[in-house]
Amino acid sequence: MAAGVLTGVRQVLRGPRLVSAVFSCHGQTFSSAAAAVKSPAAATDTAATEKILNFPLTQPDYFRLSELFTMKDLFEARVHLGHKKGCRHRLMGPYLFGSRLDIDIIDLEQTAEHLQRALNFTAHVAYRGGIILLVSRRRQFGHLIETTAQECGEYAHTRYWKGGLLTNASIQYSPGVRLPDLIVFFSTLNNVFQQHVGIRDAAKINIPTVGIVDSNCNPSLITYPVPGNDDTPVAMEMYCRLFKMTINRAKDKRRQMELLKGISASV
Amino acid sequence: MPLWLIVSATMDAVSSVKLPVRQIYVSSSLWKKNLAAAGPQKFTQEFIDKQVEEFEVGKRHLANMMEEDPETFTQEDIDRSIAYLFPSGLFEKRARPFMKHPEEIFPKQTAIQWDAKGRPFHFLFYTGKQSYYSLLHDVYEKILAIERHQDKMRNKGLFTSDTKQILLTGSRWLLKEEIEENLVENISDQDYMRLIQLMEKLLSMPYCSLEKEFILKFRKQLEVQSSKYEIPALQYDPQGVAFSVADGRRKTAKASITLRDSGSGNITINGRNYLHYFPVLQNRVQLMFPLLFVGMMGRFDIEGSVEGSGHSAQAGALRLAISRALLSFVSEGEVEKMRQAGLLTADPRIRERKKP
Repeated sequence: MAAGVLTGVRQVLRGPRLVSAVFSCHGQTFSSAAAAVKSPAAATDTAATEKILNFPLTQPDYFRLSELFTMKDLFEARVHLGHKKGCRHRLMGPYLFGSRLDIDIIDLEQTAEHLQRALNFTAHVAYRGGIILLVSRRRQFGHLIETTAQECGEYAHTRYWKGGLLTNASIQYSPGVRLPDLIVFFSTLNNVFQQHVGIRDAAKINIPTVGIVDSNCNPSLITYPVPGNDDTPVAMEMYCRLFKMTINRAKDKRRQMELLKGISASV
Repeated sequence: MPLWLIVSATMDAVSSVKLPVRQIYVSSSLWKKNLAAAGPQKFTQEFIDKQVEEFEVGKRHLANMMEEDPETFTQEDIDRSIAYLFPSGLFEKRARPFMKHPEEIFPKQTAIQWDAKGRPFHFLFYTGKQSYYSLLHDVYEKILAIERHQDKMRNKGLFTSDTKQILLTGSRWLLKEEIEENLVENISDQDYMRLIQLMEKLLSMPYCSLEKEFILKFRKQLEVQSSKYEIPALQYDPQGVAFSVADGRRKTAKASITLRDSGSGNITINGRNYLHYFPVLQNRVQLMFPLLFVGMMGRFDIEGSVEGSGHSAQAGALRLAISRALLSFVSEGEVEKMRQAGLLTADPRIRERKKP
């Protein structure tokens, strides 16, 4: 799948390269003093690491994420139910199947495609050791999302979003902080039905975003939009479960590959 | 032509065809770092360790110079020696030469909150207030757990509303400052209100006693006020008559009372009858009130001395003294009743100064 290929030099540098010890920080790269030393053993090590990192990018569905969900599952989780026709956002038109009894119905064929792409991208980011931030401003599902983040070892932000969290990071946190490599929005609106500030900020800082867009949301600034219902608890639980499974799968795969590399290097 | 194109062109030139290279000169201001925006200077741990080592060595040298024992050379000795060796006439004390432990000179760095790969340790790091929000998360987790327990009991048919409730009398919620201390983080007033509301919600559930120790961590026991003031001891006359002595104050008036048992309700103040000393009815009522309240009107003989301030203040001082003296004749429950009536509280009001 085209979405699996990470474009841009910066994204290649984003994953931790164990040998050359290069920390990337959104535009600036600092290399440690040990980078200059290279031995034949280190050279084969680099080759193995590169293979581990680049091989998954050549496969369309390396993590076999298509077996995680079917269209029937999406239908039973009521993902196809949008808001009323009056709440419809004009840019969501192409993603809608139609409207029935004044309720917009989201096209599940398109949703399945978009969700597959989004999950694939998330898996690749998690495989390369990227930081994933799960965001939602819905109080109903805040606890669920925080628990999901805890269980897959990633990060969550379901509280009031302070203005400079991404754009003013070196002052809000400390200089040298590493920002998230992917932000997943489980609901792109905040509590006053306006677009979440994080979407615009992530776009400004070139952080890719995955977002569940309902029929009243604006999908334009989101890198991997997934048209779907963000109001029903069943639907949200399904998304949380899917993302947790993808991230865990990707991390397990990475650990497996590292172990194999360790075994083959010692042999 | 942009710089990166030049660079790639030169790299290509090394490997294959020689392309024409055009040098672009840029001014040094392009490379200068904006030092002011970098923030306060950061020191590495090794640098600080080296400074500490140098300080210890220097301290021993200084002690030897001053012909004192290096083992027992304190910071005051160091200051004295430096002031002796480097006398300075500068007025600003902070500009004078000093020798202090590096801990006091270099600012304390906050512990780095992420590992070697840059991944933060706490899952709520990116919210900015990780300890506070993780606390809210835990409290909500407990609320959900109690709700699930309730549902289980309901399914079994064992649900009752009259379960053991947590005793909250005699304790108060922790103040915002105390919570900030516990969390090592600054929180706003609204955050504090939100936390207290969540705890109240937890308390409103019937099965909240499951989380008793957790809730009590956020409550502080209030000291029992009555234990602050010592009840004056009951003393006995050579005739065997019980009496007690107590003091009282109001504004600038100081009073001292001796309460004698098996009397007939005579009151003598400063050697005069209370009717003569306090012609105004209001002041005599003040004297009577403690005895009227406990219902021992004709039982005691009161002998008192008072000085300072005016007649109302003197009456108030005497009233407080009588109440305190009565404590030794009265039961525990009555003491609490007197406290709640306000008989044992000293009136804190004093005269406010004149302002222009």
